[in-house]
Amino acid sequence: MTWREDNWLLRVRNLTKIYGDPGENTLALTGPEFNSNQCPETDSIVACANINFDLYPGEVLGIVGESGSGKSTVVKMLYFDLEKTGGAAWLKPYHDGSINILNESNQRKRYIRNNLMGMVYQNPRDGLNFGFSSGGNIAEKLIMAGNMHVGNIRGRAYELLEKTEVPVQRMDDRPGTFSGGMQQRVQISKAIANNPPLLFLDEVTTGLDVSVQAKVLDLIRELQNILGIAMIVVSHDLSVIRMLTDRTIVMKNGRIVESGLTDQILQDPQHEYSQLLVSSLL
Amino acid sequence: MGYVAVKGGTEAIHNASELAEFYRVRGNTTPIDIAQVRSQMRLAIDKVMGEGGIYAPEYAAIALKQAEGDVFEAAFILRAFRTTLQRNYYSDIINTREMFVRRKISSSFREIPGGQILGPTRDYTQRTLDTAKATEQTADINSFLEEFDAKIDMEKLQGVNTFGKVIDLLKNEGLLKPADTSEDRTLTDITREAIKFPAPRSARLQMMARAETGGLMALGYSSQRGFGSVHPTVGELRYGTIPVKVKDASGRKRYIGKIEVTECEMITGSRPGKKNTPPYFSIGYGLCFGHNETKVICMSTLDSAMRRPELGAPANDQEFVLYHTEGVEAMGFTNHLKLPHYVTFQSALSNTRASIQRNKQANLEAEAYKQIQSV
Amino acid sequence: MVENLKYSNKYNFAFIDESTKKEIRRKLLKAVAIPGHQVPYSSPEMPISRGWGTGGLHITLAVIGRHDVFKIIDQGSDASVNACNLREFVNFMTGCETTFDTAKATLVQTRHRITEEELNENQIIVFQVPLPEPLRMVERYENKTLQMHAEADYSKMWVSLYESYVRYGAIMQGAGYPVMVNGRYIMSPSPIPRWDTPNLNQAKTLFLFGAGREKRLYAVPPYTDVEPLEFEDVNFEIEDFADSSCYKTGVKKAFLDELYADDGSRKYVISDSNFLDKKAEKQETHQYTNKYIDQLEEYDLERG
Repeated sequence: MTWREDNWLLRVRNLTKIYGDPGENTLALTGPEFNSNQCPETDSIVACANINFDLYPGEVLGIVGESGSGKSTVVKMLYFDLEKTGGAAWLKPYHDGSINILNESNQRKRYIRNNLMGMVYQNPRDGLNFGFSSGGNIAEKLIMAGNMHVGNIRGRAYELLEKTEVPVQRMDDRPGTFSGGMQQRVQISKAIANNPPLLFLDEVTTGLDVSVQAKVLDLIRELQNILGIAMIVVSHDLSVIRMLTDRTIVMKNGRIVESGLTDQILQDPQHEYSQLLVSSLL
Repeated sequence: MGYVAVKGGTEAIHNASELAEFYRVRGNTTPIDIAQVRSQMRLAIDKVMGEGGIYAPEYAAIALKQAEGDVFEAAFILRAFRTTLQRNYYSDIINTREMFVRRKISSSFREIPGGQILGPTRDYTQRTLDTAKATEQTADINSFLEEFDAKIDMEKLQGVNTFGKVIDLLKNEGLLKPADTSEDRTLTDITREAIKFPAPRSARLQMMARAETGGLMALGYSSQRGFGSVHPTVGELRYGTIPVKVKDASGRKRYIGKIEVTECEMITGSRPGKKNTPPYFSIGYGLCFGHNETKVICMSTLDSAMRRPELGAPANDQEFVLYHTEGVEAMGFTNHLKLPHYVTFQSALSNTRASIQRNKQANLEAEAYKQIQSV
Repeated sequence: MVENLKYSNKYNFAFIDESTKKEIRRKLLKAVAIPGHQVPYSSPEMPISRGWGTGGLHITLAVIGRHDVFKIIDQGSDASVNACNLREFVNFMTGCETTFDTAKATLVQTRHRITEEELNENQIIVFQVPLPEPLRMVERYENKTLQMHAEADYSKMWVSLYESYVRYGAIMQGAGYPVMVNGRYIMSPSPIPRWDTPNLNQAKTLFLFGAGREKRLYAVPPYTDVEPLEFEDVNFEIEDFADSSCYKTGVKKAFLDELYADDGSRKYVISDSNFLDKKAEKQETHQYTNKYIDQLEEYDLERG
């Protein structure tokens, strides 16, 4: 991992999401100092504002905050699940990082999502189509990327399910018949099917049993080591952040309050909110 | 074989048609007079006009007679007839405040301006079978009409019979949701173009205005029972006649006649407004030709229900409601299953047989493999 | 005696009024210009039930001229009762000559089959279509399928074919096999058997499709690529009548109907009634050829 200025993989500037009709003072009247996302003048809600960060190839970035911090919103906008209100993002493998991906057409966004990104949601129903088999879910990504050979598709699906420790004989079963942990593994297989340089993980272990959580986190860490994928890990749980990430961004009320190396933040948090979070870490 | 077969087909359908006609007249009873159908089967005629989408009571009567009383079939005949007609004018917008009211009720208020007028309704009769109708004579009808005539107060007849609307009361108090500028106000003509979804309100109301009553009833009922409920109350239900005017070639407004319509304005659930905006009521609207209260009640309920797609029930789903209550299309397609489908079926047979064959083959191979293994 | 004109109905040539005919023709031109793309149209009501051929009828009546020779078949047969009814209607409304001879017809309306005999540049064939939307099986909402076509987002369709293969060992689509037209739109060719599907590809004829109830028109102009959806290693197959042949003529190389006698015994006969007649009378025929039929012939020779 090098630190050259132009070696970034993903660059995000001024990413903003506001619900409702903002006024001119909306941004000035919301945020961590006010302990509120809601503009007192217009009732609009600032889910997140002026988010800036760079992500480097192979790096794991954590975004931590409580609910309402805006962390999921950031990732949802980058994965095109939500329309931005303002801001820009560039992805190096896409036109050498010269085009703001948030303004691209639906077709191009689909191309980027399918070939250059992967997403694992907290709820498997958001990331998987329960009407298709698990192999079919993986096949969808491969077919969209142009793979039209069933033998190859199944071979690749087999390989991916093996990697994520899903019993391969269940490749033709629907995810509805799987346990929560296994559904997450299938999601992970699907997300990395086309070897994307970037993977989003949105609260992927929240809602799983603690023992299952540990296994899934181990799997993610191992995959990251082997594949060298860059990741953005969203979590409210600092122990997840500690386990997986190199750098961290701390968000509160839609703003970034602190960012830096994960180890540094954990040992020596500067902002009072980061201090609060760290102190409550078991 | 060719000549015989075709003659067979054509001959068969002619015979079938003749047989159907035989069933219509075999009783050898007096041919029904169209005037009788028109005057004594008023509500069937209104239903047929409403679903046929054309205000033509006499033609509706003919269609009903032709179809032996099958309302679906009669509405279909009227629709097909409508296609052959030239479109000469567009009328001015009908204003139901100009309605010459025959019946007017409101469930939302005990007393309303002009009073609750029950009008011609069987709502408060007991539905016991009236066998006296079996032996009704012309003399009976005449004497009834004479007595009825005598009860009419000629002075009151000169009075005003148009009334303001109940929803105006709500509007004046500011209880109604103000018109949403974001709502699609395009005026489409569903008989001239295919509708695309999401459909503008003009298209939704047009489709429901000529939808099949039973279909609307089923979906309206489902909403009331909780499948996407909008908590409706009848603001006002009216039945009466309204004048129809058109602009002639020189631009002058001309009265061309009056039609009977039934109208319902349904007040639906009070919704909390956003902060600093007060809560409001919404109105669902229903209107159809002739006297058909079930239809307008359900139409207005569904008008509101379709504006709340987030409730997720069939009644809230535009595509579901509008496609499946279209009577002529629904009747046609459901009945088309009677058409031969043996080629399509042959294709499916071929597939399934091949699949079974493959399965058998796979099982044989598995068995053979097992045999070898066990040795 | 004064004639009572009150109920006298004068029908326009071909029943439909001229401005509606104009609309249908314009929409057809658009459909021809964008092969495989569904064009919405007004679809006026007809005296024929919805679902019983109004779409095909709209096209026929908009396109037919006084000197056209009209043929209409249902499941391949001129004798089928619904075809007889529609033939009478068209004949009554236009006065056009009708025929059962595929070679003589200039305009053919069909329900769920293409003729066995090849049609040429001077002929047009009109399909009656029940469900024009090939994506309906994977997406029930019209506004979503509209977007999927617009963005060429066909992944769900492909996955459903994959799933079919995984479950049954083959793509189980029977009649109405989805095709890719001109490399751009996925189209439903109407419920024609797979036997007929390859004959759409690079054909000499103009193919017009009418879905009256759903209010859509679409077209495949001559010499257009029409490819059944298949994977590189899981291919489209036509029906294989293997060891059956037409009991009347002995012909194997045609789509056959299965017939059951009163005693439950089974035999096969050529589905296309005019083709059957010609073969029975040993007349000359000019049948469609395609690589799938050729493959079958080779296979047959192998099997002996």
